[in-house]
Amino acid sequence: MSIQRDIIVIGGGHAGCEAALAAARMGCRVLLLTIERDTIAHMPCNPAVGGIGKGHLVKEIDALGGEIGRNTDQAGIQFRTLNTKKGPAVRATRVQCDKSLYRKAMQETLTNQPSLEIVSGTAQNILTKGGAIHAVVTDRGETIQANAVIITSGTFLKGLIHIGMNQMPGGRAGEAPAESLSDCMRDFGFEVGRLKTGTPPRLDRDSINFEVMGVQPGDVPPRPFSCRTTHVTNPQICCHLTYTNERTHEIILNNLDRSPMYMGVIDSVGPRYCPSIEDKVVRFQDKPQHQIFVEPEELGSPSFYPNGISTSLPVDVQAAILKTIPGFECATMLKPGYAIEYDYFPPYQLHQTLETKKVQGLYHAGQINGTSGYEEAAAQGIIAGINAALRVKGEAPLILDRSQAYLGVLIDDLITKDAREPYRMFTSRAEYRLLLREDNADQRLMETGYRLGIVPDVIYEKFQRKRDGIHKEIHRLSRTRPQWTQEKVRRWRQTGQEVPDPGATLAQLLKRPELTYDQLMDMMGETETADREIGESVEISIKYDGYIKRQHEQIERFHKLESKVIPPSFQYANVTGFSNEVAEKLSKVKPATVGQASRISGVTPAAISLLIVALERFRRSAKFA
Amino acid sequence: MVFPMEGFVDDTICAVATPVGEGGVGIIRVSGSRAIDVASHLIRPRNDHSLHQLENHRLYVSDIVCAQDPSPTGKGQEPAPAKAGGEEGEGTTLIDEALVVVMRQPRSYTGEDVVEIQTHGGTWILHATCNALIQRGAKLAQPGEFTKRAFLNGRLDLTQAEAVLDTIQATTSRSLQAAQSLLRGSLSREIDALRDRVLRVLAHLEAGMDFVEEDVECIQRAEVQRVLEDTQGALETLIASFEEGRMIREGVKVAIVGRPNVGKSSLLNALLNVDRAIVSDQPGTTRDVIDESINVNGIALRLLDTAGLRRTQDAVEGEGIRRTEEAIADADVVLLVVDGAIGITDEDRAVFETYGSRRPLLVMNKMDLPESRSFDARKTFFPLPLGEGQGEGVGKGAGPNQGEGLEFVKVSAKTGEGLDHLTAGIQGVCLKEGLEATPSVLVTRLRHKASLERAHHSVEEAMRSLERKESGECVALDIRVALDALGEITGAVSTEDILDRIFQDFCIGK
Repeated sequence: MSIQRDIIVIGGGHAGCEAALAAARMGCRVLLLTIERDTIAHMPCNPAVGGIGKGHLVKEIDALGGEIGRNTDQAGIQFRTLNTKKGPAVRATRVQCDKSLYRKAMQETLTNQPSLEIVSGTAQNILTKGGAIHAVVTDRGETIQANAVIITSGTFLKGLIHIGMNQMPGGRAGEAPAESLSDCMRDFGFEVGRLKTGTPPRLDRDSINFEVMGVQPGDVPPRPFSCRTTHVTNPQICCHLTYTNERTHEIILNNLDRSPMYMGVIDSVGPRYCPSIEDKVVRFQDKPQHQIFVEPEELGSPSFYPNGISTSLPVDVQAAILKTIPGFECATMLKPGYAIEYDYFPPYQLHQTLETKKVQGLYHAGQINGTSGYEEAAAQGIIAGINAALRVKGEAPLILDRSQAYLGVLIDDLITKDAREPYRMFTSRAEYRLLLREDNADQRLMETGYRLGIVPDVIYEKFQRKRDGIHKEIHRLSRTRPQWTQEKVRRWRQTGQEVPDPGATLAQLLKRPELTYDQLMDMMGETETADREIGESVEISIKYDGYIKRQHEQIERFHKLESKVIPPSFQYANVTGFSNEVAEKLSKVKPATVGQASRISGVTPAAISLLIVALERFRRSAKFA
Repeated sequence: MVFPMEGFVDDTICAVATPVGEGGVGIIRVSGSRAIDVASHLIRPRNDHSLHQLENHRLYVSDIVCAQDPSPTGKGQEPAPAKAGGEEGEGTTLIDEALVVVMRQPRSYTGEDVVEIQTHGGTWILHATCNALIQRGAKLAQPGEFTKRAFLNGRLDLTQAEAVLDTIQATTSRSLQAAQSLLRGSLSREIDALRDRVLRVLAHLEAGMDFVEEDVECIQRAEVQRVLEDTQGALETLIASFEEGRMIREGVKVAIVGRPNVGKSSLLNALLNVDRAIVSDQPGTTRDVIDESINVNGIALRLLDTAGLRRTQDAVEGEGIRRTEEAIADADVVLLVVDGAIGITDEDRAVFETYGSRRPLLVMNKMDLPESRSFDARKTFFPLPLGEGQGEGVGKGAGPNQGEGLEFVKVSAKTGEGLDHLTAGIQGVCLKEGLEATPSVLVTRLRHKASLERAHHSVEEAMRSLERKESGECVALDIRVALDALGEITGAVSTEDILDRIFQDFCIGK
């Protein structure tokens, strides 16, 4: 039996969901192939979405019309804005989720999405014709033809779970891995790498003593991620905080000979930013304690997630460790922690669209590209979905650059830097951080999402009103010179600040440090003020005007190299003068632009000069040929 | 900007291709589609042909003419294009007699039309010619721009391009080896150390923003401030050392300043060993700035004798004083000359108060006169602190607020007594180190200095942000730029401007 679809998405994780939804919303017939329907949009690791850098990604996905933000709002049981005391660029939303609510909400969205069909099964084989994708063969022997295929298989490719010295094949705890797809990709000639990640044991709520732990409440009122969410309906909870201690560390150090990582059983690379507890203890021996956030996985389940003690030590050692930790003395382990090794395809093998360079119409998104995190996965998912749909429709691809979005930073880093550890987003990865904020994600991307047909009219109109509101309010503040009544002078003095020049505009006043829009409006007795969202954007635009301008200047310079395109037919081997290392790296990554070439590690400024000269000569000879 | 490819094709560029300084022959190179047109306005071949008619790759004796005032500030009109056999137009000046060669594209160094003008090697001649070309529409070439055009026009193949780039790198490593020059050897070490410290601070700042949920100890702002201040100081020292490098290469500009009739021109003549300046007992004899060079221990001293500084109704003398002020502003060392026989007068003090701030050296002249033997500067009221006089040697002041204080030297322009101390003193004031630096080191420094200045500026911005209590990402923004700038020197960071900067390692007109 043979059926035909526009696009097949293999895998129902966070990347797969976004890819399938975006493509379907753009009018393509999409088939989502997943091992098990019920685990679609499962959160296998920590029960939270967002955080610094990651929250930025979620906001951007939301602005493009993606689902992770709205879904998180529906599953959210604790909302916090981080870094509120720091600058606007590093402020970020983090939401504690009920995992079952998260799955339920996303599965509902998928089910209700027209032109999207969910099929249970695994992909056994991928068929190509003339170097382009042709069909996917499932484990049931069905051949599904498609113009584009997006693989979002997460940790399932040759997944191997480690608990102590024991190993078992598995995609996630209790789920079978996908074996044949990985082999099929090897056959196409893709380089396959191996990475590692881990997760902590799960604990029974009723056996935890919360009394001895610190309490971490959420923000009141909770502030949703999505521009499509009007308010949060779930009951809100507190998280708790406890710490390891010297006794914990002693047990760990005494049992390193039973750790698969320290015994050389696992040799693949794990994330440095998310180390196992044994790594933390070994590498930071001076640190007397390590913090553990105690987070519920689901409101309706007793399972708790002790965030901070990911481990692959044997089960008895895990139990011994728990007994030393305040609050966990009597804790019952529902599931042990484990490490998992899995295949990934080093993403230098991808174009900026996330299409593979080897097989036309084949896209890779998510953990298969060596990233970690739901947000990073979802981010690639939506971009792959959009570009697969654009390819099917014969339209120009969507490529976001580093100055436009964290989405652009993410993909550029992936395809350029050839990192060999799991990749996670940080704000420090973004050169133009001051422009890539959560608060302006919609201003940066919603136009694009709307143009692509993913953002619904009603949301776009709401956005337009906000955008106009911001412009109007900035204009008003720049023109208005307040009348200084006795009362206003008195209020101003109360803040401890010097009374300003009476000719100053409201905009000039707002530039004062530590003065918010709301405070200023209040002090000046302004009644017709903008709502919170607009007020914040106005405040940031005015306060950080100088820095924002500087970043725009930097971006202009960035674009100069970025606009120098390297033709795909350009042969690095023909350029004399490159060192072997440089020639090899350039041939491997095949950068799309000189800008991208300059970001490849090991490519020196002198090599870039040579490259520019060679390109210019190539261009001229092509013109005369 | 890496390559000014957009629009540059139409630009015609010119520059002096021979090294800065006096030489037997100086070459000016003009390149671009309009090179022959532009140059034809000032070149009059002796064979009565126009420049356009000259054969390729042949030398022709020609007159170089220009408007009356070809100086950079001059507003003089240019003459009409020199016609074959035409008379010199009204108001034109003969600059020099020269050999001229036309090389039409593509058979030239750059692959474009090139005109090379070989004049006599006086600085004024070269500058006047260049300036006349610029007034006719040429642009002054950026450092390395001729070579850049040669690349782009396919005149150098890539093997040669590689060789050129290798040369740049070799220059750098050679100069690294030539690190007896304290200046150079310490540079990369110093910059690496600076980068490490700044990078550490940045990393801590970033960690405090990206890992707020984790147990990361935030760096204190005072600590950031302290490191930035230290960095700033170190950068300033480095930049100042490059200033010395420039003086070694281009010569030290020494302005001879003082109230009228203290013997400034006599001092100049004594130093030059010739009667270059007209000397008389009449105060105000010198009305223009006289610019002459002497060579002392391989370092050129460019001596600028100036009009005596006094209030005057005389328009010409007033103009002289204005020029003097310009010369002083431009000078590396200011010699404050006083009449040792008279002692320091109120007028002297007024001069010092106005001009004593920039690398001053006090010169007590007329030490041959008996009155001056009893002169003791330390007993005289003086606006600047004076150091211990060391007989005829150089004294060094150590005033509490003046840092190193004012150095002074006693001379007699008439007998030549103390002149060797004076020249040594001049070098001592401006060249604290690096006398043994080689020219190849200095070439690479142009790029380094620009990078250091960029780093300095960014560190300053970062400190300003800290002072204003701006948030971490604002502070980090400028620290990143500063690191990029430092990385340009050690080569660790690739930036979009790097190609222009590498090409800047070439002398103009390579």
